[in-house]
Amino acid sequence: MKLRKFALTASATAVVLSSLVAAPTVLAQAKEQFFPVLVYRTGAYAPNGTQWANGYVDYLKLVNAKGGINGVKISFEECETAYATDRGVECYERLKGKNGGATVFQPLSTGVTFALTEKAPVDKIPLITAGYGRSESQNGAVFTWNFPLLGTYWVGAEVAIQHIGKKEGGVAKLKGKKIALVYHDSPYGKEPIPVLQELGKTYGFEVQLLPVAHPGVEQKATWLQIRQQKPDYVLLWGWGVMNSTALREAQSTGYPRDKMLGIWWAGAEPDVKDVAEGAKGYSALTLQHGAEPNSKVVKEVLEQVYAKGQGTGPKDEVGQVLYMRGLLSAMLGVEGVRKAQERYGKGKVMTGEQVRWGLENLNLDQKTLDSMGFAGVMRPVQTSCLDHMGSSWVRVHTWNGSKWEFSSDWYQADDKVLRPMVMLASSKYADEKKLKPRTPEECKK
Amino acid sequence: MGFFLETLIGGLMAGMLYSLVALGFVLIFKASGVFNFAQGAMVLFAALAMARFAVWIPDWLGIGNPALANTLAFLAAGALMFVVAWLIERLVLRHLVNQEGATLLMATLGIAYVLEGVGTSLFGSDIYKIDVGMPKEPVMILEGSFEGGLLINKEDFVAALIAAVLVGLLALFFQKTATGRALRAVADDHQAAQSIGIPLNRIWVIVWCVAGVVALVAGVIWGSKLGVQFSLATVALRGLPVVILGGLTSIPGAIIGGLIIGVGEKLSEVYLGPMIGGGIEIWFAYQLALVFLLFRPQGLFGEKIIDRV
Repeated sequence: MKLRKFALTASATAVVLSSLVAAPTVLAQAKEQFFPVLVYRTGAYAPNGTQWANGYVDYLKLVNAKGGINGVKISFEECETAYATDRGVECYERLKGKNGGATVFQPLSTGVTFALTEKAPVDKIPLITAGYGRSESQNGAVFTWNFPLLGTYWVGAEVAIQHIGKKEGGVAKLKGKKIALVYHDSPYGKEPIPVLQELGKTYGFEVQLLPVAHPGVEQKATWLQIRQQKPDYVLLWGWGVMNSTALREAQSTGYPRDKMLGIWWAGAEPDVKDVAEGAKGYSALTLQHGAEPNSKVVKEVLEQVYAKGQGTGPKDEVGQVLYMRGLLSAMLGVEGVRKAQERYGKGKVMTGEQVRWGLENLNLDQKTLDSMGFAGVMRPVQTSCLDHMGSSWVRVHTWNGSKWEFSSDWYQADDKVLRPMVMLASSKYADEKKLKPRTPEECKK
Repeated sequence: MGFFLETLIGGLMAGMLYSLVALGFVLIFKASGVFNFAQGAMVLFAALAMARFAVWIPDWLGIGNPALANTLAFLAAGALMFVVAWLIERLVLRHLVNQEGATLLMATLGIAYVLEGVGTSLFGSDIYKIDVGMPKEPVMILEGSFEGGLLINKEDFVAALIAAVLVGLLALFFQKTATGRALRAVADDHQAAQSIGIPLNRIWVIVWCVAGVVALVAGVIWGSKLGVQFSLATVALRGLPVVILGGLTSIPGAIIGGLIIGVGEKLSEVYLGPMIGGGIEIWFAYQLALVFLLFRPQGLFGEKIIDRV
């Protein structure tokens, strides 16, 4: 009995002591802007997810090393999703209210984005999906908490056709051509299909759809079909091991790599480095940036984070394509907070709702970007309440057997083609969910 | 006709590789009655070891010859798989003798998670290269008989050949050696085998070692094709419909099952896929296996279990 009493007293004392110890931490955290970091460092997509996560976290560390956002330090916590939608949602639920509340979520998964799109408005936390997610979420009138900044898959599909058209000597010459889409059989892979079909009708080319089941390690039948149907171009909409497998199969079936064009998630070092010479000539779209080891921001990361032994990943991967994607994604979130502080008070911790205002009023002109170390990396981004994308600039880079090199000038997606599609799809979503789109007047509030 | 033959040959070569993976399941089931869910993790672990040793050993020993480096890496990875086999027997199986099959199955699930976790912690989760000199470019044959000729993937051909040789050697080992017969006796009845002096623990170590070598060969072949990364663990799933179809206790079943599944999934994807949306080859393999089960529940070559009431 005495033992039991002793155990109970000890437990109660431990609880009280631990709460006393924890209290200053909580108080300290209230002064910090909390960034939950959804990552996948394990599972089938780890080689790609890890680089993105390293870039994301390193940028947050860099901001802290430079004094925070107008003095507000950033706290962050990683949660492993393994690219699984259920685990992504679990991470969201676990972190959304932590450390005073999440600033912004960036799930790096179209599947998780689809799942969180209905949760974000309830919890009032913005979702940044730079280069992925729902394409129609560009319409901020309906998707009030989604921010597909820098580009959507519809932007990618439209620019891909512009690029192929240019190679052929004009889009008019696409008439009668065959373009195959080899895609990851998931919401991500299916996103470009409506745009390609629409453009196919407009320009008179045939779209061949070839889905590949997750994770994409078995594509022999797909590439035999390509060999039989002989498409003029192959668009690759893969992720992770699917990309390198596609390139190996293209090599082993003799399909010319210079007739293949990947989306920006199929154009990084992990996709090609082991295929090396076999992938030579393969091109991919970029989400503005490519591999940027010589950029000023990367030099800053090396000097202020890695030189102090605080780097997250291997030093030689700093500046690679997916590392830069993660870094840019973090920068967009940080700049959303900085913009919000201009309205709601510099040096204060911003709520999710305030950060949404910041993201809706983002205006990163070239001068600002250059001063932040992004000269040559990206072009200006300007969002609004109704346009949550802010920019649709794309370049193409090509693998030369050992590194990615830019091989095109800048393209901008044709808004005349995409805007009606975005409006139609988003109003359909609003009808389904019984949402009342925001008016421009409501945006001014 | 040329395209059909190309698909058929491609399917047969893929099927041979599936047979190799399925063989890992069959070996352990035959010798211990355990359905080894960790086979995929063993393939990943072995491939990671091979890929990393192929880089580390030349650094440690200052070896410049790639063939020698690969040979030493293969031997080192094989030795590591033996250690893994010994640890599995010592830490897991020894304590589960005569337990229910479901208990053993769950234990192998646990082993799979441990191997995946330890493997990526020890060797990293990046994509690693195994370069054993497999040819990558295709070759065209019978160009006079078919328009455009028949395309043969040389890498798949060599891989299928290696798999066929290994499968043949293992079949001989099981049928013709005393150890092979002892393995089969243990599979039939643990207690009866022990009662006639067959050392159960040693037999289990041997069979897990053999399964480890099979995993290593499969890992080297698949790793050379795909790069060594976590997805290799899922390659073992390709062996599941093969053992369902071929029977869990039959080496010829694994071979024939692998070939049927390989050909079936490629033909279905090419000819049936476009009609129903494509991307069907993975689930079609299971569908094919289930249809077989309707007529032969024990699989094509599996032993028919008859219980007296």
